[in-house]
Amino acid sequence: MDVAQLKRQLFEYTTLLFHEGFLDEQFTQLQQLQDENNPDFVVEVVSLFFDDSERLLNELATALDQQNIDFNKVDAHVHQLKGSSSSIGAQRVQRVCIAFRNSCQDKNVEGCLKCLQEVKHEYSLIKNKLEILFNLEKQILAAGGSPPV
Amino acid sequence: MASPSMRWIDDGCNVDGGNPGLTREKLFVLVVADDALVRKVHEKLVSKLKVAKQVQTQTAANRKEALDLHLSGSSFDIILMDMQMPIMDGPEATKELRAMGVESMIVGVTSVDATADKEAIVEAGLDECLAKPLTAEKIKYLVETLERNK
Repeated sequence: MDVAQLKRQLFEYTTLLFHEGFLDEQFTQLQQLQDENNPDFVVEVVSLFFDDSERLLNELATALDQQNIDFNKVDAHVHQLKGSSSSIGAQRVQRVCIAFRNSCQDKNVEGCLKCLQEVKHEYSLIKNKLEILFNLEKQILAAGGSPPV
Repeated sequence: MASPSMRWIDDGCNVDGGNPGLTREKLFVLVVADDALVRKVHEKLVSKLKVAKQVQTQTAANRKEALDLHLSGSSFDIILMDMQMPIMDGPEATKELRAMGVESMIVGVTSVDATADKEAIVEAGLDECLAKPLTAEKIKYLVETLERNK
């Protein structure tokens, strides 16, 4: 595939992610912060998001597995996950976090467990989609082009 | 003591001659946040803005680092203080900085649903409170306020 085709594919894929609500304008903001001084800025920030999220999801699973659930602890983890997801524009993850916090505040165990499953699902979706996006950008660079902002 | 990161961005050669708002020579900004992702994004956002001829940013991961920077003689025009840090208490850190005599503009950065924090914010001695996500417009507004209050 030539550079022009790859770029078109990247553009269409990115547009789809925005259209389906996986990403919001905060992601665009990140892309605009990338420049020749920091050519990997978006990948670096998103990698931090992956690390943060994986750690928080593990901690949430542990916290919700306790005999006596500490809802404040659970809420604190969800609050952090909401913060990181909003920082990169991972809109659907952020939305589930909002519902998750409501369940914490209501001390609703079932609600929390359901939200945990949902947030894990949304996280794995956005992780997969961002990896595809970055892969397309790599292919464009390898083919001699520069990824569009 | 962890060494805070420091970046010096000299935008002198890229000054937009057509931008009448670019009257500041230098802008020093401290980003205080315990989340590395938040630090990285906020620092980059500030350093990319052409709100002064030279923009210098530093980061601190907790209250101690922020205080140590000041104790070692650093001073800043704007301090962006994340209010959502679970370990480091944003309002407490602000109170301590004010008690040290720090007169910089201190801006609490908080989540949209944390309006209840506003009282704590005023009590702690913060100048402004901004909701995440931080944007170029919000930072520019801070610099304009800084210029107006000079």
